[in-house]
Amino acid sequence: MRILLVGNPNVGKSALFSRITGTHIIASNYPGTTVRFTKGYLKSGDLQAQVIDIPGTYTLEPTSKAEEIAVEMLKDGDLVINVVDATNLERNLNLTLQLLKRQIPVIVALNMWDDTRHRGINIDVTKLEELLGVPVVPTVGITGQGIKELVRCLPEARVPKTTYSGSDERWARVGDIVNQVQLLKHRHHTWYENLEDASNHRIGGVFIALLVLFASFWLIRLVGEGIISYITEPLFEWLWTPLLMKLSLALGSNAFWHNILIGKLVSGQLDYYQSFGLLSTGFYIPLGAVLPYIVSFYLALGILEDVGYLPRLAILMDTIMHRLGLHGYAIIPTILGFGCNVPGIMATRILESRRERFIAATLISIGIPCAALQAMIIGLVGQHGGQYVAMVYGSLFVSWLIIGLILNHAVKGFSPEILLEIPPYRLPLLRVIAEKLWLRVHGFIKEALPVVLGTVLVVNILYTLGVFNLITNIAAPILTRLLGLPKETVVALVIGFLRKDIAIGMLAPLALTAKQLVISSTVLAMFFPCVATFVILARELGARDTLKATGIMVAAALTMGSLQNLIL
Amino acid sequence: MAMHPGRQMTLRQMKIGQTGTVIGALGGRGLIRRLEALGIRPGKRVIKISSTPLRGPVTLRVGSTQVAVGFGIANRIIVEVDKYLREGPVTR
Repeated sequence: MRILLVGNPNVGKSALFSRITGTHIIASNYPGTTVRFTKGYLKSGDLQAQVIDIPGTYTLEPTSKAEEIAVEMLKDGDLVINVVDATNLERNLNLTLQLLKRQIPVIVALNMWDDTRHRGINIDVTKLEELLGVPVVPTVGITGQGIKELVRCLPEARVPKTTYSGSDERWARVGDIVNQVQLLKHRHHTWYENLEDASNHRIGGVFIALLVLFASFWLIRLVGEGIISYITEPLFEWLWTPLLMKLSLALGSNAFWHNILIGKLVSGQLDYYQSFGLLSTGFYIPLGAVLPYIVSFYLALGILEDVGYLPRLAILMDTIMHRLGLHGYAIIPTILGFGCNVPGIMATRILESRRERFIAATLISIGIPCAALQAMIIGLVGQHGGQYVAMVYGSLFVSWLIIGLILNHAVKGFSPEILLEIPPYRLPLLRVIAEKLWLRVHGFIKEALPVVLGTVLVVNILYTLGVFNLITNIAAPILTRLLGLPKETVVALVIGFLRKDIAIGMLAPLALTAKQLVISSTVLAMFFPCVATFVILARELGARDTLKATGIMVAAALTMGSLQNLIL
Repeated sequence: MAMHPGRQMTLRQMKIGQTGTVIGALGGRGLIRRLEALGIRPGKRVIKISSTPLRGPVTLRVGSTQVAVGFGIANRIIVEVDKYLREGPVTR
């Protein structure tokens, strides 16, 4: 049996899914967290079922790619759990009535039940059940309240007789039902509702946005550096280095395996940036240099997501994003891109038009450095001083802005305006934040570590075979004349296709000047997407648009690099 | 409470904090449908919460939902505003 979780955006489908199946997935407080379907399994007594979490949709007449996926999925289901936000009954029931007309059994989960009380909303569940003709179970997805009852009632789901024709009659029915089951009590503003009003205020909003961004950067740096200096540095220095040095002695410093596993020793010592062995650099870059910032970035992002701040940022950014052919909501994929471009580009599905998705995906791949790349830039370029790191970020931002302005004029089509539900602020549960953080960190270790190790291995083999000499000599004129870089940097640019963090690491032994480091880091960030991003681009945009986007990236990277070479 | 017959204006023209009743939206089926799905349809009570400088979005509350609409869309939503600020049942 196949059970579908269907409902409006941001009603807590993903949280409910995690509760029902025990499979943890990312849930946040903004509409459009889920952009593809996720499968999980439920076993309860005799009942065995596949449960599918699908993107939220307001109607069964889709208006965005994510909604299309939702409606498409409906054809393959045997049972629908219609997740309804109890604090927003009217709008949610509009979808419910549309679902009841389909020939598929429905059960309603009246979610966010805990929120109704302090919002002064009173709902007569029995009456609602009677009027809809399907079982209705109050639930609280994030705490798990009511889930057992919901699962117990699954066999009672049914296809009721629903008679209405056309949307006017449907809305009339909805209004009728709401009048009969819902009682509103007047009550005073809570403090976070006052905060909601403040973040909508013209000046208050900008002030709060600056405060939030500043606090986020502060948190990311504090936690990232904290993990490095108190956990990963000591671990590598006191535990891993002595171990590797023993291994180095045992292998003998010129042996084949020494080169593969440990790499070259720099004046008799291990250098985690330069040695370039599987166990030295291969472990240090993902776990020692990048992981701390993955943890700190996703911690900050998780908090912002669950509080419900991101849609408010979308409103503030709307005017600027319009100049780039996007609307404010595109800021959410962009921010996700700062963690990793892959989920960022996938999240462009929340945008309505193909044109917007092309622009947003291209801009993310060009101007938004992922956390792994950023950690390495901060680690390596930062050794020469913070101003050089700022130059890299500044150049990326300027490229992002200018290319956006150009694309807005050059790409045909039309970008619709923002039309976005703003969720209420919610105090995030610590457990929920921690679970989500673990999910993302685990994902990074599982997906990145093998690729990093593979890349280091490939680099070592290619060096031994002398393949790089060939590429280096071909690309030398461009690199030296245009960008002012030594010809050896081309190897790093090529390896950037596999993993950009490793590529930055490969700049370390080249003894570049601060200026050359700035240029090579910027070009590397913009030049070409890493293979994981490339695959996602191809899947989301199709082959032709991916080639176009890639062409734009290469041209932009070379232009920006040459400009830096002239100006700096 | 007696309802005063109010003036009709666009959502953009409304003052912040002003309440009114949605009359309709000027636009194609697509826009009407998207607005409807968010609960913005004729007869609904709305309150304008904020606007953004430089032709930015307008936010409004309809029922218990807060919605942001682009400047152009706000220009096409027609509201009959209540005569006095903060009069009539303001739903939150």
